[in-house]
Amino acid sequence: MITIAPVRKQVTVGAGQQRAFELFTNEMSRWWPATHSTLKSPLKQYVVEPRVGGRWYAVAEDGSTGQTGYVIEWQPPQRLVLAWQLSADWQFDPELVTEVEVRFIAESAGSTRVELEHRNLQRMGERAAQIRGMVDAPGGWTAILEAFKKCAAA
Amino acid sequence: MAYQTAFLALADPTRRQVFEQLRHGPKPVGVIAAQMPVSRPAVSQHLAVLKKAGLVADRPEGTRRVYYIDPHGLASIRIWLDQFWGDALTAFKSEVEKEGLDQ
Repeated sequence: MITIAPVRKQVTVGAGQQRAFELFTNEMSRWWPATHSTLKSPLKQYVVEPRVGGRWYAVAEDGSTGQTGYVIEWQPPQRLVLAWQLSADWQFDPELVTEVEVRFIAESAGSTRVELEHRNLQRMGERAAQIRGMVDAPGGWTAILEAFKKCAAA
Repeated sequence: MAYQTAFLALADPTRRQVFEQLRHGPKPVGVIAAQMPVSRPAVSQHLAVLKKAGLVADRPEGTRRVYYIDPHGLASIRIWLDQFWGDALTAFKSEVEKEGLDQ
């Protein structure tokens, strides 16, 4: 089984663990890069419903919505796992689940380290191959992943 | 950078529709254009941009060319996500700091 290296990022912010978790989830619209929306109209709100199974979705100014995924794990204020269900071509795909785990580590009363990991990225390739019916084709799935892995490592 | 070309290529909604059409299998320009409200030369131009970004590839089939999603282009998705989460966390940090100043 070939896997694609997860994307890992971290940042230390000047807020307590509780507040950092709150701002990250309940107030996502305040910081989410507005240019990165799959909606046609400007982004108005980005919602993470605060419970396991809760939806993660964007609301545009024209009222249209676009789902990004759902909450897999909800452990305020330490940890959060979100399902990112946008395919390699930026469409919501309910059959696709990649995981975004966010950990909030208290460094002091007013400082929190936020560690983010976006993993199972190979599923985007698997799903793309599946959609194109290429999974079992010669030079299909394995070749795709090998190429993907090579480029991703470059 | 590959992620930039890929991201810019897919930022255009019409171009994304062209790309989307190829999800269901390889297609010649004429077939793609027939499903779109834009002209065939416009579709050809979008395909040229997608090809340059490494997102689609083409091959001759009889007298015409068919286009298909280039699996190698998926690499740019990981690179793009890496950049994206970097930007997102930076924005998150500035929002936290802005709040700190307000208090």
